[in-house]
Amino acid sequence: MKSYKADVLVIGAGAAGLAAAIEVKKAGLKVLIIERDKELGGITLQCIHNGFGLKEFEEELTGPEYAQRFINQVLDLKIPYILDTMVIEITRDKKIYAVNNKEGLIEVSAKAIILAMGCREKTRGAINIPGFRPAGIYTAGQAQRFVNIEGYLPGNTYVILGSGDIGMIMARRLTWEGCTVKAVVEIQPYVSGLLRNQVQCLEDYDIPLITSYTVTKIHGRDRIQGVSIAKVSKDYDRIIGSERFIECDTLLLSVGLIPENELTLQAGATLSNNGGPLVDNNLETTIEGIFACGNVLQVHDLVDMVTSEAKRAGKNVVDYIQNRYDKPIKKEEKIKCVAGENINYLKPNNVNKSDIDSKIIFNFRVTYPDRRVIIQFRDENNKVIFKRKKVYVIPSEMVELEVNLKEIGVETTIKEIRIEIIPRPEVLIEED
Amino acid sequence: MIYDVLIIGGGVTGCCIARTLSKYDIKIALLEKEADIASGTTKANSGVVHAGYASQREYLKRDMCIKGNKMYTQAAEELKFPFQRIGSFVVALEDNQIKDLEEERNNGIQDGILGLELILDKTKIKHMEPNLTDDVVGVLHASSAGIVSPYEMTFALAENAAMNGVNFFRNHKVNRIRHQDYIFELKTQQGVFKARNVINAAGLFASKISKMVGLDYFDIMPRKGEYILFDRNAMHLNKILFPTATKVSKGILVCPTAHGNTFVGPNAQNISDKKDTTTTEAGLKEILEGARKLVPNLPNRASIRNFAGLRAIPNTYDFIIDNTDVYGFINVAGILSPGLTSCYAIAERVTEYLELLGVNMKPNEKYNPNRPKPERFKNFSKEELDQKIRKDPTWGRIICRCETIPEKEILDAIHAPVGAINVDGVKFRCRPGMGRCQGGFCRPRVMEILSRELNIPYQDITKKSEDSYFLVSKTKDELLKKSESGEAE
Amino acid sequence: MKGISEISTVKVIRCIVCPTGCEIKAIKDPNNTITFEGYTCKRGLEYAEQEFYEPKRILTTTIRVENGFIPLIPVRTDKPILKDKLNETLMIIAQTVVDAPIKMGDILIKNVLNSGANIIASRDLGKV
Ligand SMILES: Cc1cc2nc3c(=O)[nH]c(=O)nc-3n(C[C@H](O)[C@H](O)[C@H](O)COP(=O)(O)OP(=O)(O)OC[C@H]3O[C@@H](n4cnc5c(N)ncnc54)[C@H](O)[C@@H]3O)c2cc1C
Ligand SMILES: Cc1cc2nc3c(=O)[nH]c(=O)nc-3n(C[C@H](O)[C@H](O)[C@H](O)COP(=O)(O)OP(=O)(O)OC[C@H]3O[C@@H](n4cnc5c(N)ncnc54)[C@H](O)[C@@H]3O)c2cc1C
Ligand code: SF4
Repeated sequence: MKSYKADVLVIGAGAAGLAAAIEVKKAGLKVLIIERDKELGGITLQCIHNGFGLKEFEEELTGPEYAQRFINQVLDLKIPYILDTMVIEITRDKKIYAVNNKEGLIEVSAKAIILAMGCREKTRGAINIPGFRPAGIYTAGQAQRFVNIEGYLPGNTYVILGSGDIGMIMARRLTWEGCTVKAVVEIQPYVSGLLRNQVQCLEDYDIPLITSYTVTKIHGRDRIQGVSIAKVSKDYDRIIGSERFIECDTLLLSVGLIPENELTLQAGATLSNNGGPLVDNNLETTIEGIFACGNVLQVHDLVDMVTSEAKRAGKNVVDYIQNRYDKPIKKEEKIKCVAGENINYLKPNNVNKSDIDSKIIFNFRVTYPDRRVIIQFRDENNKVIFKRKKVYVIPSEMVELEVNLKEIGVETTIKEIRIEIIPRPEVLIEED
Repeated sequence: MIYDVLIIGGGVTGCCIARTLSKYDIKIALLEKEADIASGTTKANSGVVHAGYASQREYLKRDMCIKGNKMYTQAAEELKFPFQRIGSFVVALEDNQIKDLEEERNNGIQDGILGLELILDKTKIKHMEPNLTDDVVGVLHASSAGIVSPYEMTFALAENAAMNGVNFFRNHKVNRIRHQDYIFELKTQQGVFKARNVINAAGLFASKISKMVGLDYFDIMPRKGEYILFDRNAMHLNKILFPTATKVSKGILVCPTAHGNTFVGPNAQNISDKKDTTTTEAGLKEILEGARKLVPNLPNRASIRNFAGLRAIPNTYDFIIDNTDVYGFINVAGILSPGLTSCYAIAERVTEYLELLGVNMKPNEKYNPNRPKPERFKNFSKEELDQKIRKDPTWGRIICRCETIPEKEILDAIHAPVGAINVDGVKFRCRPGMGRCQGGFCRPRVMEILSRELNIPYQDITKKSEDSYFLVSKTKDELLKKSESGEAE
Repeated sequence: MKGISEISTVKVIRCIVCPTGCEIKAIKDPNNTITFEGYTCKRGLEYAEQEFYEPKRILTTTIRVENGFIPLIPVRTDKPILKDKLNETLMIIAQTVVDAPIKMGDILIKNVLNSGANIIASRDLGKV
């Protein structure tokens, strides 16, 4: 059995893994990256559209360009990586096993592990569309890979279910390759992706966006021949009689992403309700020395935020190795962070009391869109400890908030922070 | 060439008959109309090896089921398909149902079913199956009931039959049968096949085949059953759970698959189109509601797939296993549930019929009942794995990440006798694409391997049938076509 | 174009500069001069003017590659090009085949359709 040793093992060479590895290497530690694909870069390699890097580089790059900049750094810093290699197990005592077809089984021992495995797309079964099960149903990302990387078109006429950014971007991409997109169908009453994509990917090409509708049936036994769509009520019940047929030879699903955490579970770490691992403010999972960043932790809309999260993870890992690794475990007292009204999920799930006087980055998504709101923190006694105004919140945009808890008057006696989004009181008055 | 026996239909019935007959030194072939075997009812059913107490006592199917159940242990050992006798519960939710269970138990014991037990101790019941509803008042436990992967068993049967000399012809639909001078001529698009004896195991289409030789004495109606399959991590069941049966059906069950996923279903809907395997919104709702009566904490969002199977319901409601008036033509029709359980017993009966027909059933000297056990990455120890990859690097290339399936297992599935020739064929033989991402990651790679191994252009790889293509053209071809036809602007 | 006040609205532009998404109207007065209305900030006005007079887009697509590690190289225009010219540009790109190896930023098509924009590679691409 081949074995490797490193201070830090990074699993996954997407935007997250690359940035984290660079951070660790710059601190002078020994880092190793393992990636199952045949090249470094992750999902951004297939996202050939522009819209990446505005925060990180202050210019608008395509996905591959964004990846290339980090790949170049990895090469310059001579960070070792193994490609075409799948991590298959992280044991509870933090031994990592991976396989490839050249070296066989690989055992890695590392002082710390950074999980950066990204996410996967939800599939049709998960949303239970009735009908046949023919060929011609793809997730948007799968189609993206076929068109942009493998070099094949999965179909000629498309219906896209879900108005997420990936779905809308694929609508334009396919139009540009000479295909016809009949419609983008969205079950919510609003578009779930960015306005910019709605305008530049759909409206530019007169692609109909049909909201409050969903696909109710798949037609075609061998290859899909069309879909039935129907209007849904507020509670997502189908409205009888609203059904209509759209002919197409391909259905793309852009119905969401979920963090990819089989390995994380195996390692014994706990997951939270968003499907990502439960982490503290250092991005450390419930297993000491295992950290997570990028889409494996929470699905991000912007790669720039993945990068900044990954850099944070990298720094914290360095700190862990320099100050905590192999030392007697200090029992950390933690403040629990809980999702309140209109919060779908939040990160971190815990704040270490010893970090109360440092900048803590909170990330969360809301459950439903709202305008003119207040983001509010309460303690376990329902006392409001922090408030901030926000013009709007929408589920498709992750909110990031930087707070120094001590500065806002939080004491170490606090047990819980509940974050909630509530309408601004003045709005209520205005409406009176 | 004149075969001794031609079997029509490559479902579990046809394949089990083929394998059973391969013990004898006779020439056998099997004709299947679809691109792969196990494409009909055999592909989509509950996969329960029933104990046999459920059917009415005058039916042949009860007898075949009880016998068939007992034959599974040996078959699973020889053929190495996934099979576990985990036992079933028929669940009574009301006191007045207990007497039905009592009757089933008593009759079952009389008919030789082993391991039947009525349990009324709720604590004990919940201990045996913690997921069961608190409303349970009693259960009929049948410890001989089991779960099997129906299509994997069918592939195993076909593989072993082929090893022992049976010829398999897929994509061979029997369109007409001529019968003259004790020879049957079966016409397919690919040519004519001749045989002295014909076994009709054509499932839903058995009445059509029977009519081809002028035998018009039964009808087969399709009855649909829909299912929802859940992610493996979502729930773990110990037992097969049936509600107490009504006259119409065994009801909606909650059950583990042989691979540890939980599924719910089927409902029962009479339909007219024998190819209509669509799932419906109402149906899916019905089965979820039904299932929640037994397991209220059914995971809400963890479903990974829904599908439907068609029962072949004969107007007699019983198996039709006949040595018919047309000499040499055996009907094995109307094989409704528990047909899967019964297949070994059915095949034994067919063997007896052939003997009666005077076929010379000399033992096949080379017969080997054992199918080599498919090697699975997941079952290897770390050391074994390392050795395996060193010997054959294809063990080290993981194709399906959800189910951890390396290239080697896919190559084995393709190159086995009666091996996979399309993406679904690979999926049902060794499971890439069966997991929670349902092929999102592995499909292009499976296509690539199929293309390379079978020498088919990548773009021509299909899902199942010829018309189920995945890709239409190369990126840019569409634009180039348009520019040639002057559509540029 | 229902109400009287809208009679002279020639175009409605949804501003995408920020998520507020103001609806900006281009209005023609009797002297045929165009004014804009409905924007909240200067960036919005600039955007609306650009969208009205000369809408441009960055084009991102792929070009076929001979002997590449992958069969296509992702490319983009190095500056926005006229929206009207997108289709024609796509056709030219479709007819192009380039050779590996390629470096990010390499100009694969120069001054495409005299737009002043080049088609450049979005990544490094090695040979097979
Ligand atoms: C289709 C799509 C379109 C997007 N468009 C935009 C956009 O326009 N603008 C923007 O800013 N952001 C966009 N994003 C978001 C952003 O690009 C991603 O969130 C970001 O790239 C994710 O980076 P990551 O490193 O977390 O994950 P990934 O890039 O997915 O990287 C994870 C890596 O881990 C590897 N891996 C996983 N499991 C294993 C294992 N067991 N062993 C070894 N390796 C493993 C994978 O192969 C992969 O390379 C898009 C995202 C997607 C999915
Ligand atoms: C919803 C449901 C649940 C069930 N649950 C269970 C259970 O839990 N336990 C159990 O024991 N049984 C169960 N059954 C029953 C069991 O699935 C069937 O009895 C069994 O699969 C029948 O197999 P078969 O080979 O007879 O039919 P099929 O699998 O339908 O095979 C017939 C084959 O013949 C082929 N064919 C048809 N016409 C032609 C032609 N002209 N030329 C060539 N080939 C042709 C077809 O393509 C098909 O492949 C269930 C059935 C259903 C539908
Ligand atoms: S006009 Fe200004 S405020 Fe309004 S959407 Fe545009 S940028 Fe935002």
